[in-house]
Amino acid sequence: MKFAVLVFPGSNCDIDMYHAIKDELGEEVEYVWHDATDLSGFDGILVPGGFSYGDYLRCGAMANQSNVMAEVKKCAEAGKPVLGVCNGFQILTEAGLLPGALLRNQNLKFMCRTVELKVENNNTLFTNQYEQGQTINIPIAHGEGNYYCDDETLAKLKENNQIVFTYSGENPNGSLVDIAGIINERGNVLGMMPHPERAVHELLGSDDGLALFKSIVKQWRESHVS
Amino acid sequence: MTKVKIYVTLRESVLDPQGSAVKGSLGKIGYNEVEDVRIGKYLEVTIGETDRDIDTIVKEMCEKLLTNTVIEDYRFEVEEAN
Repeated sequence: MKFAVLVFPGSNCDIDMYHAIKDELGEEVEYVWHDATDLSGFDGILVPGGFSYGDYLRCGAMANQSNVMAEVKKCAEAGKPVLGVCNGFQILTEAGLLPGALLRNQNLKFMCRTVELKVENNNTLFTNQYEQGQTINIPIAHGEGNYYCDDETLAKLKENNQIVFTYSGENPNGSLVDIAGIINERGNVLGMMPHPERAVHELLGSDDGLALFKSIVKQWRESHVS
Repeated sequence: MTKVKIYVTLRESVLDPQGSAVKGSLGKIGYNEVEDVRIGKYLEVTIGETDRDIDTIVKEMCEKLLTNTVIEDYRFEVEEAN
């Protein structure tokens, strides 16, 4: 399986993402610059964290206008897995690939620590290697991870089991109903504030994030390799 | 040349933690009559010669990039400049 790690001016988790795939998952991966106009050679798209365009105007707003995002939308429409982490999640909401928006943390602080997450839905292509209800330790590092959407959207997220991860200990950012990660209705676009790519080896403090990437590969192999 | 003043505010349904913190500080220095503070953004956009309708293109810019209508409202004023 071949992954693309998108790189915008100001991305800073792209290298972690690249090495998580290459060294720990053992799959093919390439960096793709934001002005790329073709992602057809890739099976999965990873939108990493950071501060694309300095977070100017709004987090993810300007990254959403780049050439590569038109291609990401095509990939999402084609059913390819698209994962957005942290700033990547913000970009995917700005792009309209995921509902809602990420607001400033309620306590106005940049939160950087490992948190406990609960797997709310293990029946997705990103979470099939977790147990339903499993708690996992994954680091967060963000100032604007306070998930918000209107009541109607929230009701829909609940109804369709689109809330994939919640904060199971304290809610670090004021996120609506403790949301840490959501998936689109079709089930191939996941956005999450915590960083699974920073939790892929015991030496990093946790390897709980690796199962997320293994889930993607498992699903892909089942549908592409006989 | 046309100057456009754009005001972007958080929608009423959206909590504004920055505004709440500033309200707290105003209370601390004696302005207890302050009931609410909402913080927004102000943009000045200068537009050169164009055949297109100014209101239409400013609205487009706001919807496409300058604001996120999931969480923000906007209004704008168009001023003719020299």
